[in-house]
Amino acid sequence: MRSLIDILELTTKELDELIAVAEDIIANPAKYAEVCKGKKLATLFFEPSTRTRLSFEAAMYELGGNVLGFSEANSSSAAKGESVADTAKTISCYADIIAMRHPKEGAPLVASMNASIPVINAGDGGHNHPTQTLADLLTIKREKGSLSGYTIGFCGDLKFGRTVHSLIAALSRYENIKVVLISPDELKLPDYIRKDILEKNNIEFIQTESLESVMPELDILYMTRVQRERFFNEADYIRLKDSYILTPKKLETAKGSLTIMHPLPRVNEISVAIDSDPRAAYFKQVLNGKYMRMALILKLLEVEVK
Amino acid sequence: MKVDSIKNGFVIDHIPAGKSMELYSLLGLEELDCQIAIIKNAPSRLMGKKDIIKIDADIDLSLEVIGFFDSGITVNTIKNEELVSKTHMELPLKVENVCKCKNPRCITSTEQELSHIFRLTDRENKVYRCLYCDSKLKSFI
Repeated sequence: MRSLIDILELTTKELDELIAVAEDIIANPAKYAEVCKGKKLATLFFEPSTRTRLSFEAAMYELGGNVLGFSEANSSSAAKGESVADTAKTISCYADIIAMRHPKEGAPLVASMNASIPVINAGDGGHNHPTQTLADLLTIKREKGSLSGYTIGFCGDLKFGRTVHSLIAALSRYENIKVVLISPDELKLPDYIRKDILEKNNIEFIQTESLESVMPELDILYMTRVQRERFFNEADYIRLKDSYILTPKKLETAKGSLTIMHPLPRVNEISVAIDSDPRAAYFKQVLNGKYMRMALILKLLEVEVK
Repeated sequence: MKVDSIKNGFVIDHIPAGKSMELYSLLGLEELDCQIAIIKNAPSRLMGKKDIIKIDADIDLSLEVIGFFDSGITVNTIKNEELVSKTHMELPLKVENVCKCKNPRCITSTEQELSHIFRLTDRENKVYRCLYCDSKLKSFI
């Protein structure tokens, strides 16, 4: 029995297989419509997350399965002081697979160590969010045709952005990737990720504060939100906030084949005028997330589809 | 300085000078009622000065904790006043309940019954990370 807590638990072969299954689901949805009939997904969301929870629930329904669970800690036994371990053991009696979001880092791992059914980490604080990375990988594969051989720019908050860290880790195992890190000095990629992932895997990368200067080089632009509370002083925030907002003007020098991604929710870092640009892929990312979650549920439940 | 030889037990040798009391406490030796000798600042050809702990009892000594504390330490096992083995320590791959995770966002901060487990992620630089949240262990002991 397998769980998925960290994206790096999956080999590149397994990632490629998941992507292949997701693409087959997209091409042949009817083939998968009943494959999880009689199976139940428990969505244990100890903090609210509309998109991820609904994505998991939609994924299970589209596989013909059922869903039970809760969407905030107040409506679970956690409010009475139950441990994550006990919750996992209890839910194992009711469901076939768990998707868990928890504000504490490592909580889904604790659940997986105590549950007798697979556990999927649906986000644990600022730590891991592997199914977002799966969504990102499928989006890159479908938009670019391959997970190798392109220049990807990460823009905004690269210090606290867990989606950026996980995607960089996952991409580091593919070939000919060039990484451009675009952020203010205060929100630069942490040293340990730069050293342990980029330098260790000999991935070519540059760091810059200017999005405009690197725009013509990019094949993919992964935007993230720059949050006011991350800055030490208001003056720096005001000075920098507009540098990391994507507008049609900033896209003038971009490639026609650029793919614009964002893990969402967006606040103002991508102008809504860009939504109709064919290069915008962030809503496709949401849809791809559902397909990858379907593929992952099938893998962890060991459901064979002929 | 003369310290009686031990019959059955251990000599923990090559402890960095001045660190024996920390190791004494980490190993929970204060709870034993056997003879224990702590020798501080003994001359050492290799280290200049070193500490030594002699334990005159065949206890269940945690080599994992000693290796984690300092991988340069050697542990000599004595049986019937004879040296039967000399073990050079290695950094253990995992340590359990030796250090606490200080990350306030870690699940161990709210669930008190969980073991605090750190795993070795970089042997060269002696980096341990929390099993649950991946936080780097900062204060070593």
